[in-house]
Amino acid sequence: MTTRFIEIMVGAFVAVGCAALFMLAMKVSNLSTLSSAEGYHLTAYFENIGGLKVRSPITVSGVKVGQVTGIVFDPDRLQAKVTLLLEMDHDYFSTDTAASIYTAGLLGEQYIALEPGAEDETLKDGDTVEFTQSALVLEEIVSKFISNVASS
Amino acid sequence: MPNPDAEPLVEIRDLYFSRGANSIFKGLSLDIRRGQITGFMGPSGTGKTTLLKLIGGQLFPSRGTVFVEGHNVHALSRGPLYALRKRMGMLFQSGALLTDINVFENVAFPLREHTKLPEQIIRDLVLIKLEAVGLRGARKLMPSQLSGGMARRVALARAIVLDPMMIMYDEPFTGLDPITKGTIVTLIKQLNNALGLTSILVSHDVEETMSISDYIYVISDGEVVESGTPSSLKQSSSEWVQQFLNGYPDGPAPFHYPAPEYIEDLLLGR
Amino acid sequence: MMNWLQNLGRKGLLLFEGLGRAAIFFVGMVGGLGVALLRFRLTLREIYSVGVLSLVIIVVSGLFVGMVLGLQGYVNFAKFNAEESLGIFVALSLVRELGPVVTGLLYAGRAGSALTAEIGLMKTTEQLAAMEMMAVDPMRRVFAPRFLAGIISMPLLAAIFSAVGVLGGYFVGVGLLGVDAGSYWSQMQASVDFSEDIVNGVIKSAVFGVACNWIALYEGYDAVPTAEGVSRATTKTVVRSALAVLGLDFILTALMFGDI
Repeated sequence: MTTRFIEIMVGAFVAVGCAALFMLAMKVSNLSTLSSAEGYHLTAYFENIGGLKVRSPITVSGVKVGQVTGIVFDPDRLQAKVTLLLEMDHDYFSTDTAASIYTAGLLGEQYIALEPGAEDETLKDGDTVEFTQSALVLEEIVSKFISNVASS
Repeated sequence: MPNPDAEPLVEIRDLYFSRGANSIFKGLSLDIRRGQITGFMGPSGTGKTTLLKLIGGQLFPSRGTVFVEGHNVHALSRGPLYALRKRMGMLFQSGALLTDINVFENVAFPLREHTKLPEQIIRDLVLIKLEAVGLRGARKLMPSQLSGGMARRVALARAIVLDPMMIMYDEPFTGLDPITKGTIVTLIKQLNNALGLTSILVSHDVEETMSISDYIYVISDGEVVESGTPSSLKQSSSEWVQQFLNGYPDGPAPFHYPAPEYIEDLLLGR
Repeated sequence: MMNWLQNLGRKGLLLFEGLGRAAIFFVGMVGGLGVALLRFRLTLREIYSVGVLSLVIIVVSGLFVGMVLGLQGYVNFAKFNAEESLGIFVALSLVRELGPVVTGLLYAGRAGSALTAEIGLMKTTEQLAAMEMMAVDPMRRVFAPRFLAGIISMPLLAAIFSAVGVLGGYFVGVGLLGVDAGSYWSQMQASVDFSEDIVNGVIKSAVFGVACNWIALYEGYDAVPTAEGVSRATTKTVVRSALAVLGLDFILTALMFGDI
């Protein structure tokens, strides 16, 4: 067993290992999907975000265009402030775009759906989405339904 | 002929060592003189190998001191101890060659670890030492391909490759055929005289040890029982020494392991 | 009763003695890491024997584990019409748990036992003592390079295991059972976070690498220098490494993902 052979084999091993790590990073994880360097941020305020989480997807017509990067409670507006990160090439959202929180399937993950409006001007980095619709909370719907039935 | 009054290289003073509840040395004191071959003899299990490890600083005594060249071995910090060890060679009973490299690399090992000599000089030095033990032709063999005697000779070449001031031999004759034994005896003698070494020889092979040692210590039960030149030892009045030197099966050292009376023991089974 | 108490006390003392010796051994080994880095050629040899030689078993096991995950996942997700979640299931199980843990277990069996046997044999044949007498510190020359090699190899092996496993799941789920390839990958990417999942998986496998190599090298170093002693030490290595990997995995999982 020559030193050269060992060196070549170890080199190959390290290369394969690094390739595997690279694959895990780029193909399996979200590293390739979006980094803040190549996207722009928007802000949206919601009365209730339901089960929305950081990293929840943002879609347009069901197509993923970005993800949630931050959720905090804004004490001035008494609303949840959600930071959205959108991919650079999706820069066509008009200023009257509406953001709604929906649930994928009956029990699935929650996500934000954007619906572009009719204005010509588009949203820029740091802008706020004015029209928002909060998450539907099952208990609220049920209690509304019950009180409606009771009062009628 | 080595000077019988040479100054001591190794001085052992009042050495105590025990392993668990077993005390191995009980106040051992002796000198090993420069340029001589000093033999240590004694029955198996008297801690002869332990003595070598104590001199080499691999084991620590519970009391007493070992001076090598005036340094207290067990008070040295790591750096000076390692520097001292570079000047001590040790030949282990099994040879203790590194099994994953060949003969040449084994002998070159101390050079590669401790020096930054160019490859050509390392090659020359290794071949000189291998020639000295008669194994220059075996340099490409792996340790597993060597016989016991050859492995010991390679180990000897390795022990002298850094030109030490002393070599410790741990049971160098055990398990060898008469020819190989003769070879090793000659080698030890030759190396000691040619390189001006101090040799410490631990063995229970009476004949070989007597034939090459300048001075002999007989150790039993953790103490020096008798010491002297080989010829004076033969005249020893101690019955025990006579039994050991001549190999009588029974005497002061009993043939039987301590046991109850034989007849009683047999009757007990009834 | 007294006897029983004495026995307990003695066992306790032995346990502490063993732990203490292992800790001192660990510190000595870490102290030698600088030399292992400087003389990287020594480490390279060891990466070959613990890393490269473990590659076959890691790749084959990874492939099969991934394929089983693909099959099991598909069968169960199909009940809820959620086949497209297969990618998430396969990737998260591999990256977070199975990759590091199974690699650690296989490593203990393949490389750890070999390390213990090698060191034990070196001790039995007095090679370690001979090195010490040649003023060569075995901690630096023998143990530290092997330790470093293990720590380098383990995360790479775990990454290879996970990557091959994801491909195995893809092969079964997409290739054989007809899950949509696009949703396999995109769902995976949407749910697997780089810093949270991949990096934590790498950290886990590095920790397992430290534990497995520490155990394997220490058991060899501490082995009774006889043939029987070495074989016992080898067994101990496999058992203790496996327990260490599983125990550490629980602790690390709780710290990383458990919000405890």
